[in-house]
Amino acid sequence: MVAESAMEASSLRIREVRKSFPAPDDPATRRLALDGISLSLAAGELVSLVGPSGCGKSTLLRLIAGLDSPDSGELMVGAESIVGPNAERGLVFQDPNLFPWLTVRRNIEAGLAARHVLHENRHEVDEFMRLVGLESFADAYPHHLSGGMAQRVALARALINHPKVLLLDEPLGALDAFTRMRMQDEVLRLWQARRTTMLLVTHDIDEAIYMSDRIVIMTQRPGRIERTIPVALRRPRDRSSADFLQLRGEILELLHFAGNAVAI
Amino acid sequence: MLQSETGPRIAEVDQAWTEGAPRQAPVVSRAASLRTWLPVTAATVICLGAHWFVSTTEPPAETRSYFIFLWSVLGVSIVLAAAQVGWPSLRRWMRQMGPIFAAALLVLVGWELITAGFRWLPLPYFPSPAGVFQSLINDRALLFDSTWHSLILLLGGYALGVIAGLISGICIGWSSPVRYWGMPVLKVVGPIPATAWIPLAMVVSPSAVFSAAALIALAVWFPVTMLTASGISNTRASYLDVARTLGAGRRYLIFRVAIPAALPSIFIGLFMGLGASFLTLVVAETVGVKSGLGWYVAWAQGWAEYGKVFAALIIMAAFFSTIMTVLFKVRDRVLVWQKGVIKW
Ligand SMILES: Nc1ncnc2c1ncn2[C@@H]1O[C@H](COP(=O)(O)OP(=O)(O)OP(=O)(O)O)[C@@H](O)[C@H]1O
Ligand SMILES: [Mg+2]
Repeated sequence: MVAESAMEASSLRIREVRKSFPAPDDPATRRLALDGISLSLAAGELVSLVGPSGCGKSTLLRLIAGLDSPDSGELMVGAESIVGPNAERGLVFQDPNLFPWLTVRRNIEAGLAARHVLHENRHEVDEFMRLVGLESFADAYPHHLSGGMAQRVALARALINHPKVLLLDEPLGALDAFTRMRMQDEVLRLWQARRTTMLLVTHDIDEAIYMSDRIVIMTQRPGRIERTIPVALRRPRDRSSADFLQLRGEILELLHFAGNAVAI
Repeated sequence: MLQSETGPRIAEVDQAWTEGAPRQAPVVSRAASLRTWLPVTAATVICLGAHWFVSTTEPPAETRSYFIFLWSVLGVSIVLAAAQVGWPSLRRWMRQMGPIFAAALLVLVGWELITAGFRWLPLPYFPSPAGVFQSLINDRALLFDSTWHSLILLLGGYALGVIAGLISGICIGWSSPVRYWGMPVLKVVGPIPATAWIPLAMVVSPSAVFSAAALIALAVWFPVTMLTASGISNTRASYLDVARTLGAGRRYLIFRVAIPAALPSIFIGLFMGLGASFLTLVVAETVGVKSGLGWYVAWAQGWAEYGKVFAALIIMAAFFSTIMTVLFKVRDRVLVWQKGVIKW
């Protein structure tokens, strides 16, 4: 801990985090959503989070983003604990949540405008619109967009801030297979170029294997980490290589995919 | 939201967008639009006939300007019917408005027959359209002056009320301590009709115009505050969350997220406030202020000049409706991002 480089500043450490919510049927009692989550991401690591619906993946991402605070436990980025939301930790929500009153271009600019740095960084806006392939929609309002387009705008809006830690909550879930693969490569390219620390929630095992250094599997609610699987394949990865398919088979086996009613 | 997005779908939307949305512009044939427009010309002719028939019993001075008016309407309607041949947008407008104009002209016929024709209504109180038109022309200077005074008073009071209402609404909607202390005041003071304060305002304030402006502002303030506050406090939490993760501070959250999100609700408050301001304006002018259309109506009634009373009412209708239309246009401009806004 003597020489903490700039890289280390973007590592993410989560220790024994618990989070409960009031039960919907009986507001007097609280139900655990996350039960003692411990997870560390090295700076520049890309980790996928996989688990059944309702196991608390979005809740964990909100805690890391600083939008909620845990009941107990500790969340740290580098040497600083997370106390509130910050542009250094970007979050792409499960719903695109575009601002309906802003055009596509202005939605993408929002992060720069909010931090009063729009003027210096205006050139980046076009770059990110090209990245998500929406140049011709620059002046469209969000209600003109399909679900997948809106999700791409949301992705660009989070990326433009160059966050140290990027949290992605099923960002590619609404895309068609082709666009999805293209976006996976784009996200990987950005990740490699910037060495952003990324935590990616996905329901797609192929995506998790293709993208990540490690895959973290969570249990049914209350969420705990069941196990972590390292993905030791060389990049760039080939979705049809024998190693890929073997790993895929192992993971499906691990998830008891055949017997378990888990929706992945 | 989880609908799957396919390649062709993107291409389709993309194309529709770049080429401009395929608006459903009905192709209106010349003959069809002429058919809907002809009733206007016919109704004008009926108007002229009825007026000629009735006017034999009236003094010619009363009827001359109305004749001129009807002849010009006839002229314009014929010119329009000819012009629409090579002017598609005019044609579409005429097709839409034709039945309305024709009906309005027939109402004039009915009015003329009931009043000057058969004298079913007691006369000094219900003048014929010709008489009202004559009053309008004779007293145009004073009517114009009254409209001008009403406009100044209305806009002054309305602007004051909107500014105050937006400020208090934003504070109440955003901050819970302000809401705790402000809401009871709003609940107790707000529902009192502004006009109920008139007797008090007349005694307290040195200037009737000033107190009328303050009352209009009060009438506008309540709905604007109420709907702004509810709009702000109902801002979707996820928009605020997104903005926070993008690094937004409080100013951005209030002015760039909560207020835009509340705009549809704020506009409802602006419309309700506008209605309340019309009412308060007319009452204040009738009982206190010595100018404006409300004053003019009361004054003309005092002299038993009912032609002028009706003339002022017609001006008032046009005046208020125009202001309402302007606000709707502003709303449509500001809320283009919303789908399916009601057209006025
Ligand atoms: N604000 C909240 N109030 C009450 N309960 C909540 C709240 N947010 C989440 N929960 C509960 O916490 C649990 C975890 O929810 P979360 O959204 O994190 O699941 P998830 O793993 O993201 O599921 P999915 O894959 O379907 O998105 C759920 O059972 C949910 O009911
Ligand atoms: Mg979720």
